[in-house]
Amino acid sequence: NQSKFPALSVFRSSPRFLLSGPCFDLYSKGFKMSISRAPLMNLVRLKGTPILEQLHLEERLLRASTDNWCIVNDGTNVPTIVMGMSGKPSQLLEVGPVIKDRIPVIKRFTGGGTVIVDKSTLFVSLICNKDDVPSVQPYPRSVMAWSGSLYGEVFEGVDGFQLRENDYVFGDRKFGGNAQSIIRNRWIHHTSFLWDYNVRNMAYLKLPSKVPQYRLERDHTEFVCRMKDYIERSDFVEKTVKAVGKQFAMKEVNIEDIDSYAKGEHVKSTRLLTMEELQEAMASTSQSA
Amino acid sequence: MAARFLWASRVASHLRISVAQRGFSSVVLKDLKYAESHEWVKINGNKATFGITDHAQDHLGDVVYVELPDLGRSVSQGESFGAVESVKATSDINSPISGTVVEVNEVLTESPGLVNTSPYEEGWIIKVELSDACEAQKLMDSDKYSKFCQEEDAKH
Repeated sequence: NQSKFPALSVFRSSPRFLLSGPCFDLYSKGFKMSISRAPLMNLVRLKGTPILEQLHLEERLLRASTDNWCIVNDGTNVPTIVMGMSGKPSQLLEVGPVIKDRIPVIKRFTGGGTVIVDKSTLFVSLICNKDDVPSVQPYPRSVMAWSGSLYGEVFEGVDGFQLRENDYVFGDRKFGGNAQSIIRNRWIHHTSFLWDYNVRNMAYLKLPSKVPQYRLERDHTEFVCRMKDYIERSDFVEKTVKAVGKQFAMKEVNIEDIDSYAKGEHVKSTRLLTMEELQEAMASTSQSA
Repeated sequence: MAARFLWASRVASHLRISVAQRGFSSVVLKDLKYAESHEWVKINGNKATFGITDHAQDHLGDVVYVELPDLGRSVSQGESFGAVESVKATSDINSPISGTVVEVNEVLTESPGLVNTSPYEEGWIIKVELSDACEAQKLMDSDKYSKFCQEEDAKH
């Protein structure tokens, strides 16, 4: 970590603001002495923000901002199904009950599998410029090695935590679903942590055709576990912010100020599936049955 | 390594181009041009074929989905026109050169793994009608691209 070994450079410049974290500016005799700083990361804390709104925000910040971001959303408002970019509802969902119970279904801009999230889910998203994390190549396995190490710090002392076949697990039970999107010079790694879950909600999800080897043939309730059985909620959030803060200079940003950070048009892939799409999925499931 | 060189030699023979065995494992074909974002382009008159390189597919992992652009869409050098999904990640595919999409490899919809097994042949992604052939001058030849990949990998 270069911030632990600051280099000293002396140059003329206009005044600059003081940052928190492992870096600071010194002013002396008309010259500004600057110590090499850790890259800045903007921290946005949300509570109960609808997951569609959160994903729209993330996609916007990934594509239309040049800053690094850490977004923490403490729960979403209503139970919602979120599929990866290539997800097909007919293959991944029990579409009949989803339609009957009017569960919203979102297709997100990142890869990966399907989750059902609700007010107990904890969301942590990290958006980084690749040059600000030079040890990480902009490819999925490299990003996940970095994130696995970061969360390893968060769960230090918690028995059995590991990144296992790209899942966050305690032992052989998954407690967090993660996914990535990588664009030219930036990437996002975001996670929905299963703080708690309603067994009934799991019934909306089919067993996917591709599963990690360690899953064996377990159904959802045998495969996942509740994070609340391992760590306090507030503890997890603060330890995560602290772990990120070891690599970045953190700056809290209010959601109301986001417009000044992300300007211009950008590709928007995240969307809510329509009722027509879900009904078509149900029809195609019936035909292939 | 030997098997990959044998595959590359057969591809090169078919395409009537030469290939050099590199110190690192990725295959680089001599007759193509390359972008820093690891796409290749084969120019043929005013048309060009794009794909992602062997280096890219190797680092991405098993490709499970390819998002293809619509026919007739304009693509601009350096800008994203589609994506691949692998290992829970969507990764943008950036256009190495500007043009208009005239053909997409629809076989990738059912067989996205061709991007891994045959990145320079069956795994081609789109064909475009070029809008400015001079843009190719900004791309790397095979020697420069090989060196670029070595330097990139050496940093990590």
